[in-house]
Amino acid sequence: MLYREAGDFSTTYPQDSQTFPIRFDRYRYYVVLFIAIVVVPFVINDYWVNSLFMPFLIYAIAAIGLNILTGYCGQVSLGTGGFMAVGAYACYKLMTGFPEVSMFIHVLLSGLITAAVGVLFGLPSLRIKGFYLAVATLAAQFFLVWMFNRVSWFYNYSASGQINAPERDTFGILITGPSTEAWATYMFCLIFTIFSAVVARNLTRGSLGRQWMAIRDMDIAAEIIGVNPLKAKLTAFAVSSFFVGISGALFFAVYLGAVEVGEVFGITKSFIVLFMIIIGGLGSIFGSFAGAAFIVMLPVVLKIVGVDWLGWPTDIVAHLNLVIVGLLIVVFLIAEPHGLAQLWRVAKEKLRLWPFPH
Amino acid sequence: MKMKLATWATAALMAASPVMADLVMPSLSYRTGPYAVGGIPLADGYADYFTLLNERDGGIGGVPVRVLECETAYNTEKGVECYESTKAEGSLVYQPFSTGITYQLIPKVTADGIALHTMGYGRTSAANGKVFSNVFNYPTNYWDAASVAVNYLLDENGGDLNGHKIALVYHNSAYGKEPIRTLEGLSEKHGFELSLIPVDHPGQEQKSQWLQIRRDKPDTVLMWGWGVMNQVAVQEAANIRFPMENFIGAWWSGAEADVIPAGAAADGYKALTMNGVGRDYPIYDDIQKYVVDAGKAAGAGDQIGTVLYNRTIYAAFLAHMAILKAQEIHGVADITQAMMIDGMENLEITEEMMAEYGMPNFGPAFSVSCENHGGPGVGAVTQWDAAAGEWKQITDFAPSDKEIINPLIEEDSMAFASENNIELRCN
Repeated sequence: MLYREAGDFSTTYPQDSQTFPIRFDRYRYYVVLFIAIVVVPFVINDYWVNSLFMPFLIYAIAAIGLNILTGYCGQVSLGTGGFMAVGAYACYKLMTGFPEVSMFIHVLLSGLITAAVGVLFGLPSLRIKGFYLAVATLAAQFFLVWMFNRVSWFYNYSASGQINAPERDTFGILITGPSTEAWATYMFCLIFTIFSAVVARNLTRGSLGRQWMAIRDMDIAAEIIGVNPLKAKLTAFAVSSFFVGISGALFFAVYLGAVEVGEVFGITKSFIVLFMIIIGGLGSIFGSFAGAAFIVMLPVVLKIVGVDWLGWPTDIVAHLNLVIVGLLIVVFLIAEPHGLAQLWRVAKEKLRLWPFPH
Repeated sequence: MKMKLATWATAALMAASPVMADLVMPSLSYRTGPYAVGGIPLADGYADYFTLLNERDGGIGGVPVRVLECETAYNTEKGVECYESTKAEGSLVYQPFSTGITYQLIPKVTADGIALHTMGYGRTSAANGKVFSNVFNYPTNYWDAASVAVNYLLDENGGDLNGHKIALVYHNSAYGKEPIRTLEGLSEKHGFELSLIPVDHPGQEQKSQWLQIRRDKPDTVLMWGWGVMNQVAVQEAANIRFPMENFIGAWWSGAEADVIPAGAAADGYKALTMNGVGRDYPIYDDIQKYVVDAGKAAGAGDQIGTVLYNRTIYAAFLAHMAILKAQEIHGVADITQAMMIDGMENLEITEEMMAEYGMPNFGPAFSVSCENHGGPGVGAVTQWDAAAGEWKQITDFAPSDKEIINPLIEEDSMAFASENNIELRCN
């Protein structure tokens, strides 16, 4: 009743191949976009933006990036934290070097720089696979963090080794620094999130995405049918790192404002993003959003329910969070390897048949 | 789903904020993660002190204190979340006990007009009140710690450190890197050799660092460590048979939990302190009577009288005094965030005040002014007695070398001011 294609006719090919071919789904998508763009900025305050929306949007970009590499192209990566650090430090150097340039350009350039670094670290993927590649990306993670800690040029020789985002604007609206408005930072991140999701969605269903998936499903077979593994793997690393770099730049400049590389972009960050795509769903853009939303919201919801309502000690709630995330990863890996996205897909299939399932 | 959550949270906030007046003290604690070993006594002490005030005196100036505890796990992201979720409740002063979170909060509190007190950690140059209007780090800071340690070594070595080799084992973060500049300045002045040995977060693996120390044979090892890193370092030092009396930790590397795992081998390990050690103070009788015996102790209640517990007792005491000062200046009991800053800026701690509140000679007597948010910058040296299982203070509170530190504070704070276009205050 709610979700079905009956009466929904396509008369052209573009109509038939759009992202949301079912009318109800398409309208739902427009409503979500409308609420996100037009309604939320007017009701949002500092708390909501800093505790939920901004981490959600930024992690969603990182999850999309990792999902392209791991979910679509099948290259396991544990270097997400390191690549986010590249984005953050690139953004910092650009912000301090060219203060008059708009933040949009800085963030995009940071993404491009990260893409170049990603390609460099993606080179070993041409020779090694699976666990061995995971170890190679792990090396990237540790090397990059070590480098940003070690080479003082990256943090402009500051005594603390931290990078701090100075106040920068875009079109005269402050985007970074402490005096920003909640709606401005929210909108800035939202634009990048929507941009990333649309680009990623269209890349993954085009010829490039099909090449990635061919490599993921069986690289030798893909090579035989004419997919160039060099091109496919390196583009996956480049596109993935581009998004991860954008998220790293936003994470540092807009969200945190001050970053200490070992703590913020350490190995735990790589794992968190990996957990997001495992729980959300490998090989799905929606899954990236669902996973990011889940991991970001869980501690906040637990805190509100556990500490504010039930009055439990804060450490119990913090431990509970770890237990739940760990448990869910095991459960999802066993029961639903395709994550929340698959649950959503199943729900939609059921809806199409409802209320007459036979 | 998001909107539903919003409604719940708003309802929760409304339910949680009582109508009556109270003084909100946020406690950004970390009872989980690799730094919990330090975070638990810190959080317990802070909570117990205000519980004592509520139980014994009915709050401060008749207004009860509400401690809002929020778990950060020493993680900057969660620290930001905690800050945002507590600031709207009228939080008077933030004491995050984390240098990383401090760096996050300095611009935020300045924009929001809330006080930030980082006692012996955080950004050292915040001592310059002309630049940092809302940030306080009295009574002392890292650079003082480095200098106090070197002064102590000077005393030990007859005033001459020429050719002396000092290795600094530090947490490879903003926290651990803080003393480097001061030590470099002091090394030029006194002629000792300084070598830097970083340990990466969280610091459970230090074999290679101590191998290096074993090879280089420094005369003294200084350590800027925190959390699990401390006990590993003490254990590793014991393993390579480094003489413990030549191993000096900063004041965040000198608690019971840091030395007990190494057992008798840790005997003689030294650490700096900025507050009194032990529970030989009258305030502990009151804590026992009003908090512990009443079953209101925070956490497991097993940290009372430890070094870090004492430190937050001291931190809470200083906040208590600042609130009293603010109440006195403005003549209202239920003070606001802006009044709290006034109270801290005009704070004066005397020997009599410390004695009156049951903490005689717990810390130095000092006063804060608009220009000087850093206090006197003194520190003492303590030594671990493994047989007795307690820390002993072996020197008095001694001043640091301001000749080195003041220009560094001036330089660093001015750089911050020009980066952020801050106009100097206090003219």
